[in-house]
Amino acid sequence: MATTTIQPVERENYLNKEYGVGSWLFTTDHKRIALLYLISITFFFFIGGFFALLIRLELLTPASDLVQPDTYNKLFTMHGMVMVFFFLIPSIPAVLGNFLVPMMIGAKDLAFPRINLLSWYLYIIGGVMMLHCMLTGGVDTGWTFYTPFSTAFSNTKVVEAGLAIFVAGFSSILTGLNFVVTIHRMRAPGMTWSRLPLFIWAHYATSIIQILGTPVIAITLVLVVAERTLHLGIFDPKLGGDPLLFQHLFWFYSHPAVYIMILPSMGVVTEIIACFARKRIFGYSFVAFSSIAIAVFGFLVWAHHMFVAGISIYAALVFSILSYAVAVPSAVKVFNWTATLYKGSIHYDAPMLYAFGFIGLFTMGGLTGLFLAALGIDVHVTDTYFVIAHFHYIMVGGALMGYLGGLHFWWPKISGRLYPEGWARLAALIVFLGFNLTFFPQFVLGYLGMPRRYADYSHMPEFQVLNVLSTAGATVLGVGYLLPMLYFLWSMRYGKPAPDNPWKAAGLEWMTSSPPTTFNFEQEPIVTWEAYNYDELDTGHKQEVKVVG
Amino acid sequence: MSDSTVVGLHDEEQHHPELLHHFAEPQQQRDAASLGMWIFLATEVMFFGGLFCAYLIYRRMYFGDFGAASKSIDATLGATNTAVLICSSLTVVLAVWAAQTALRKLLIGSLVITMLLGMVFLGIKAKEYKDKFEEHHVPGASFSFDHVPIPGHPGQYANPRHAEIFFSLYFIMTGLHALHMIIGLGLFAWLLFMAWKGRFTPEYHTPIEIGGLYWHFVDIVWIYLFPLLYLIDRHP
Amino acid sequence: MYFSVWAALLLGTFITYKVAYIDLDRFNAAVALTIATIKALLVALFFMHIKGAHEKLLKLVVISTLFFLFILLVLSMADYGTRTWS
Repeated sequence: MATTTIQPVERENYLNKEYGVGSWLFTTDHKRIALLYLISITFFFFIGGFFALLIRLELLTPASDLVQPDTYNKLFTMHGMVMVFFFLIPSIPAVLGNFLVPMMIGAKDLAFPRINLLSWYLYIIGGVMMLHCMLTGGVDTGWTFYTPFSTAFSNTKVVEAGLAIFVAGFSSILTGLNFVVTIHRMRAPGMTWSRLPLFIWAHYATSIIQILGTPVIAITLVLVVAERTLHLGIFDPKLGGDPLLFQHLFWFYSHPAVYIMILPSMGVVTEIIACFARKRIFGYSFVAFSSIAIAVFGFLVWAHHMFVAGISIYAALVFSILSYAVAVPSAVKVFNWTATLYKGSIHYDAPMLYAFGFIGLFTMGGLTGLFLAALGIDVHVTDTYFVIAHFHYIMVGGALMGYLGGLHFWWPKISGRLYPEGWARLAALIVFLGFNLTFFPQFVLGYLGMPRRYADYSHMPEFQVLNVLSTAGATVLGVGYLLPMLYFLWSMRYGKPAPDNPWKAAGLEWMTSSPPTTFNFEQEPIVTWEAYNYDELDTGHKQEVKVVG
Repeated sequence: MSDSTVVGLHDEEQHHPELLHHFAEPQQQRDAASLGMWIFLATEVMFFGGLFCAYLIYRRMYFGDFGAASKSIDATLGATNTAVLICSSLTVVLAVWAAQTALRKLLIGSLVITMLLGMVFLGIKAKEYKDKFEEHHVPGASFSFDHVPIPGHPGQYANPRHAEIFFSLYFIMTGLHALHMIIGLGLFAWLLFMAWKGRFTPEYHTPIEIGGLYWHFVDIVWIYLFPLLYLIDRHP
Repeated sequence: MYFSVWAALLLGTFITYKVAYIDLDRFNAAVALTIATIKALLVALFFMHIKGAHEKLLKLVVISTLFFLFILLVLSMADYGTRTWS
């Protein structure tokens, strides 16, 4: 009889349950779909980043010497389209949301697993269309597709880009639909609305926007495509059409879209802060309702993108006031996070560094948004780098840092491995420094009058210094983004195996194995405790938990 | 990929054959499907909503021209189509009721009549489009709308360019609606097939209910399209 | 009961059609749209069973959707409507 060596048996989990391309491409497991999204959006992030790099390289010198202005128009257009529609909008909901929403509420999967897979396929189809569009000539209209340039004058691939985004939009709608139904219908017994992690509230609010807003840009793109191909003159001034109608319809979605990008990030930050301050979130109800308030108010402010476009001054006043109102719930969150940190037991792990970065940079971005909401200031700085700096502070300094923080926080759960903490903290620092070096000079540039979307600023050569600083920052930032990609990949093979709950965090997802099994919970959990019960966790009070993944 | 060896809380119970593994009980699955369809309809409302927004803005801007253009489409056909869809909504609720009460013949009959009425609707639409094509009211190179008087303003003629906007919106809005009808017909064909095979019982007929919700929604869109497009200014 | 709703819907259609041919100046549109709204409500409440729904959630979904559609229409019209003021 042969001797048998005793080897530690790797427990069955969602990663090793089945192997083979088919088991991934035809999966309905929300966790596998989340990873499919992770790979795809990372791919598009680097494509968008590549365009950003070219933009920053061109802007090193005042003259349009690296690329022609026509090409530059394509660069900033495709940077915007890829980053907005194929990276930021899906990012947290499709990766972290898909992975965590069922687990956080104690469910086996989302309400509609097959629709979840369909969502991913729609995203891929839209992405392939976008890639094809970019490889065969690209688009030069700006990600905003303004008419009548996009409908009548541009001779680039507007139709293909529009259709690509249309398809990707349905991916977003279906994800939102799935989340709302899941959160309403699949919560475990005892998981009342007031016990839900605020990450769930944030995704619920995001889903509302995805459901109600995305169809409007879908129909708007259909109209642009129809006008371009069939010459139906909805926006064509020659036929009595109004180009501003396009802008109204476009921004009705695209403003709430920015809340799709930031709300999930706020949810992530809330989870991280509670865990690394070892405290319950201060003002849970306020944070929960502020998420919903942001979603609702976000739909009321779109024309603040059109202050100088020709809308009536009375409409502009109304939208300006409403834009001030929408800042209030965001501020509420910042106050609550700060109050949570007060007298907390702060730990400076990488996720927390990203959360700190988020709070500071989001606040700056948000405050500059208020400057832009004021009509008088907006007339001066609209269409300058001030606006670009504002939204990059929110989307990169805010949303993207939240995404990275969340990836780090839940990485042990997702992969079953620990990432190298030293490298992670270094990367977080590099990202923070690189980000500020890239985008702070742009506030100054904008205020001094440098217009956006200009390849050639040789009539304003004094702007070169700030532009060089910004490009230098961009290279640092790029390094900061590459590092996590490298060490996450490294950790999948060489990282230390992660315990079930390395951060001793609260939340049902941490009560499963790392990585979890396919159906998350062996038995349906029954929840009897409030969210963020860190006081109980840290004093060793045992919870009545009947779950083991 | 779906695993049927999951240990759940209801081992002892007979699993309903239609119960999907991630749901704890059939009622939860039904409620999820129903909420899912309602939310999908919400997205459809906003999808059409963008078109209604464009339409209302231009109607206000070019009321006279829109009135002239609207008068040139056949309101009788439009009203007939409205009645056809209303009847089809009735047959849909009858189908749902038949499924709830296990009346197979009524279920299949109702589904068939619903589909027939849908096809009648599309047929009338096709006739309308054909008329528009022959009158050169289809936007594009061969569009013409000269010397058409504005209703209520004798001596004034409609601006053909603004009329072209009306017709662009007319074709896009009714075209999108017709596309939804065609998808609805496909959906109902599938429901009919399933009903024929006896897949629906009083315990499980969710596809018919949510298919019905979709059909009613398409009806409601038309209920608004009809007065807005056909009846802007009909008085002599 | 479905049949009475059906009859009301057909009647509403007939009235809308006939009234359109009477000159009510600005009120033509208001009448037509009011009747259309009543018809839509009848379909939604009775054919789509919102009336009997045990959960308030469905009503919330419908009302919030209509609210945001309303916002789109009203705030856009507010721009166009006030462009010629002063």
